[in-house]
Amino acid sequence: MSIVTYLYAGAFYLAALILVVGVARKVGVYARTPAPYKIPTTPAPITMPGVAWRMFRETVFFESLFKASKWTWLFGWIFHFAMLIVLIRHLRYFLDPVWLWVAIISPFGVYAGWAMLLGLSGLWGRRFLVDRVRYISAPSDHLMLALLLAIVSTGLMMKYVWHTDIVAVKAFFLGLLRFDPAPLPSDPLLLTHLALVVILMAVFPVSKLLHAPGVFFSPTRNQVDNPREFRHQGIRSS
Amino acid sequence: MKAEFTIPVVTNIPTTPSVVDGAMAHSRPFVAKSDHQSALGFPEELVEDWHDRALAKMKELLGKYRSLQVFMDSCVKCGACTDKCHYFLGTSDPKNMPVARQDLMRKVYRRYFTFAGKYFPWLVGAVDLTREVLEEWYSYYHQCSECRRCSVYCPYGIDTAEITMAGREILASVGIGQKYSNEIIGKVFKIGNNLGLPQPAMADTLLDLEEEIKEDIDVDVRLPLDNADAEVLLVTPSADFFAEPHVDGLIGYAKVFHQAGIPWTLSSHASEAANFGLFIGNDESMQKVAARIREAALELGVRRIVVGECGHAWRVAYSYWNTLIGPFDFLDPNYPAPQHICEATYDLIQAGALKFDKEQNDDKVVTFHDSCNVARGSRMGNMPGGQFIIPRALIRASCNHFVDMREDSIREGTYCCGGGGGLLTDDLTELRVKGALPRVQALHEVIEQYQVTHMAAICAICKSQFTKVLPFYSLGMDMIISVHQLVGDALVMGSEQ
Ligand code: SF4
Ligand code: SF4
Repeated sequence: MSIVTYLYAGAFYLAALILVVGVARKVGVYARTPAPYKIPTTPAPITMPGVAWRMFRETVFFESLFKASKWTWLFGWIFHFAMLIVLIRHLRYFLDPVWLWVAIISPFGVYAGWAMLLGLSGLWGRRFLVDRVRYISAPSDHLMLALLLAIVSTGLMMKYVWHTDIVAVKAFFLGLLRFDPAPLPSDPLLLTHLALVVILMAVFPVSKLLHAPGVFFSPTRNQVDNPREFRHQGIRSS
Repeated sequence: MKAEFTIPVVTNIPTTPSVVDGAMAHSRPFVAKSDHQSALGFPEELVEDWHDRALAKMKELLGKYRSLQVFMDSCVKCGACTDKCHYFLGTSDPKNMPVARQDLMRKVYRRYFTFAGKYFPWLVGAVDLTREVLEEWYSYYHQCSECRRCSVYCPYGIDTAEITMAGREILASVGIGQKYSNEIIGKVFKIGNNLGLPQPAMADTLLDLEEEIKEDIDVDVRLPLDNADAEVLLVTPSADFFAEPHVDGLIGYAKVFHQAGIPWTLSSHASEAANFGLFIGNDESMQKVAARIREAALELGVRRIVVGECGHAWRVAYSYWNTLIGPFDFLDPNYPAPQHICEATYDLIQAGALKFDKEQNDDKVVTFHDSCNVARGSRMGNMPGGQFIIPRALIRASCNHFVDMREDSIREGTYCCGGGGGLLTDDLTELRVKGALPRVQALHEVIEQYQVTHMAAICAICKSQFTKVLPFYSLGMDMIISVHQLVGDALVMGSEQ
C-alpha cells in the first residue's frame, strides 16, 4: 500500500479524534457552566414541550434568522439543508450494505451539491457587498467560506469532470472503520477534496463552527419562561 | 431644540445607514468617583494590575454565566443583527452593531482563551488587552441599553446585553465604573431609592398628592406609606413620586386600589422598584437592592407585592426576584408573586370591579410604546406575549382612540427609547437623542397617518427619556404619558354604579 494511503488514514483518524474530543470538551464546558438566572428572550414558551418546539423551529427553519434578514436566511438555509442531503449521500461510503433511506435520498445529493454552491456564494457575496457585513468579517470568516466552497467544488468536479474510483474510495473508508485501511486512489482531485475535509474536521472545535452545539445551550432560547411559578436555582457550584 | 451635535433627520421611509467608522468614538459617560466605587465594593480607581485582574474577572464570568461562554463561541458573523440596534441606526457607528459590540470582548476572549486566538490572532481578529481596548469597552459598553432587541433576531439567540453587562462588570472591577449607575445604586443602599428621597420627604410628597386628587375629583384617595394593615405592597420607581408624567401614573394606581377597595401601601424602606444592579451586571448589588423589598414585605406583613410601571424593574422582579430573594411562600398563593400593576388592574377589569368613562380621554389619540425589558425580558398574565396584550387592553378600556405603530417597531421588535440600561444621564445626551431615532420615526408615521397625540408607556426610564428627547425632534415633551394616567383619568370613582 502506498504512503498516500497511510498518510490519509492517519490524517482522518487524527482529525476525527480532534473533532470528537474537541467538541465533547466544549459541550462539557457549556453543560457544566451554570445558567444562574432566567434569561429567555420573551415571549418564550411556558412549558418544556413548548421549548422543544421553539428549538426545533430554530434549528430546522432558522426562525430568528428569517425574522432578521430574508436574504441571509435564504442562502443560509439553502446551504445548511443542502449540506445535510450531501452528508447523507456520503453515508454510502461508510455503509455496506447501504441503508434504504440513504439510497433513496442519495440521488438528490447531486442537486444539493449545486445548492450548496449557490448558498455559499450568496453568503460570501454578502461579505463583500453589504458594508455592515464587510465590516464584521475577519480573515477566518472568508477562509471558512473558501474552504467549504473548495470542498463542494472538488466534490462536484469529481462527479462531472474527472471521475474517481468510488468503489476503491468506499473500500478505503470501510477499511478505516475496521482499522484496516484499503488502498486509496491517488488522483489529485480526490486527494484535495479529502485533505480539505480533514482540515474542516480539525478546525471545527476551535472555530465558529461551534455554533452547531452552541445553539442548543443558548439560555435565551432553551429556557422555559416560568420564573414566578418555579424558583430557578441554576447555580451548581459556589 | 438646539444641540451641539447633528440631530438625525426623520425621513418618511426608515433607512439603514451606511457605516461611518468612529462616529461615536467620543461618547463616554462620566467615570465613577472613588466613593461611588467603594460603596459597591469596587476599587476606587484604575488598579495597577488592571490587565491581569480584568482577564481574571473575564475568566470568572465565563465560568459563572453559560450565556457569556456560549455567546463568545457561537457567533458566525452572519450579520443578521447588524441593522437591529437603535444606536447603530441612529449613529451609523459600526461598533454599535450588536455583533461588533460583542466583538470588542470576543477579540480579547479569543486572544487569551482560545486556541485559534492564541496561535493565529491575525486570522480570527484577536487582540491583546490594552488600555486602548479598555477605553473602547468603556465607550461602547455604555452605548448599549441592554434592550435585547438583537437577541430576537440572532439565530443563536446571542444577547448582547449579557456581554455588555459582563463588560461593565469587568470595567468596574478594575476601577472604571460608571458614575451615573454606581452613584444611584449607592443611594439605594443608603437611603432606599434612586433619588435619595428620605422617609419624611416621601411622606410629604404623598400627602400633597392626596390633596391634589381631592381638589381634582373630590374623592379621598389615599397614598399610604408604611401601612401595616395593607394587603398589597406597591413597589414603584421613585420617579413616580414627583417626576412628570410619572406621577400621574402613580395617581392612577392609587385610584385603582381605592376603587377596588384593596388596602395597599408604599414602603419607605423599599421605596424603589428600579434596580440598577442589573445594568452594571453586578448580581451582588442586584440582590442587595432587591433584598430591601423582601424585608419590607415581611416587616409590613403584606399578602401581595405589586410592581409599578418600570421596564427593567419589572424584568428584575419577574425574572430575578424569585431566584435572588425568593421563595415568596409568605405571600398569598392566589396571586402571582410578584404581580405587575397592569396585571392587577387587568384582573380587576376582567372581574368587573372597575368602570370607565372613556370619553374622558377623547381629546387623545394614543399609541403604545412597548418597553424593551417588559417586551423581551418578562411576561404578564398566563400566556406568552401577555406583556403586549394586557397594557393594550388597559388602554383600550380607558380610551376610544388607540392605534399601534409599525409592526416591526412594537411587541418583541420594539425599539428601546434610547435611554435604558443606565444611560439616562445628561452626559450621554447625544447618544440618547440619536438612539431615540427609530422610535421617533415610527411615532412620526402614526402622527402623520392617524394624528396620534400621545404615546403611552409603562416605564419610568422611557417616560423620562422621551420627555427629554422628543423636543429635539420638534415633538412635545408631554406626548409621553403613563398607561395608568389614562386608566386613572377614565376610571369612574365613587360607589354609585
Ligand atoms: S441589547 Fe439593544 S442596545 Fe445593546 S446591542 Fe442589542 S440592540 Fe443594541
Ligand atoms: S446575528 Fe448572532 S450570529 Fe449573526 S452576527 Fe449577530 S451575533 Fe453573530
